[in-house]
Amino acid sequence: MNLRRDVFQAIADPTRRAILVLVASQSMTAGAIASNFDTARPTVSKHLQILTECELLDQEQKGREVVYSLNPKKMKEIADFIEPFRKMWDERFNKLEAVMKKYKQGK
Amino acid sequence: MELKTKIHADEGKSDLTITREFDLPVELVFRAHVEPDLFEQWMSHEYGTVRVVKFEPKKHGGWEFETAGADGTVMFSANGTIHEFVPDKKITRTFEMDGSPFDVQLEFLDFDGLSAETSRLTIHSIYRSVELRDQMLKLPFATGLSMAHDRLQTVVAKLI
Repeated sequence: MNLRRDVFQAIADPTRRAILVLVASQSMTAGAIASNFDTARPTVSKHLQILTECELLDQEQKGREVVYSLNPKKMKEIADFIEPFRKMWDERFNKLEAVMKKYKQGK
Repeated sequence: MELKTKIHADEGKSDLTITREFDLPVELVFRAHVEPDLFEQWMSHEYGTVRVVKFEPKKHGGWEFETAGADGTVMFSANGTIHEFVPDKKITRTFEMDGSPFDVQLEFLDFDGLSAETSRLTIHSIYRSVELRDQMLKLPFATGLSMAHDRLQTVVAKLI
């Protein structure tokens, strides 16, 4: 059975998130992307395949190489790109609330 | 459940807004931002301890803080200038990360009392460019990755 890929599954993996960050600034060939990781090339290819399947990456054949770029439409769909930013602030503010509640009691 | 912290960032704009409601009187949320000892407590996290180096709560006053790792090495530091300081209401300041290529940003912190025991903080941050704002938005995403990497390395190192 071929499991349907979904974007959340795709961005759950740290290597795939790292690939998205890389490609976010400029289009890159598979080779250039792979050179940023210690992981074996076939593993990176597999990640690229998954990201392409769920339309987070666009593929374009240029000569002998395939160039990958970010599909901004799909990325916009998942506001999750900024989710870690929101989470960072949320965790900070949760802590602020805890610290100040304790402070209030101690007064 | 509705999320307590909200981020508003329009596509193609160079600013963003962070909004958070607290189960705390507005005075206490304000105090958490201006008393170094309290600020250090809530800004510190499992990867680093925050130390306020300088804090001058007044117009044209400066501020500086740094984050040190477990071994005491400073991993991060930031500084800025206060432009407006109205107790329990408003802080307008600049924010600059030391040793980073990012230009300084302007921040408006508005403190609103909603009831005797609840309040809201709104942080409006303005960046020099759309690209810079987007980079800053993605930063925790990117550092989250490297932290996950570091953790993995620590775990693997223990196995060897």
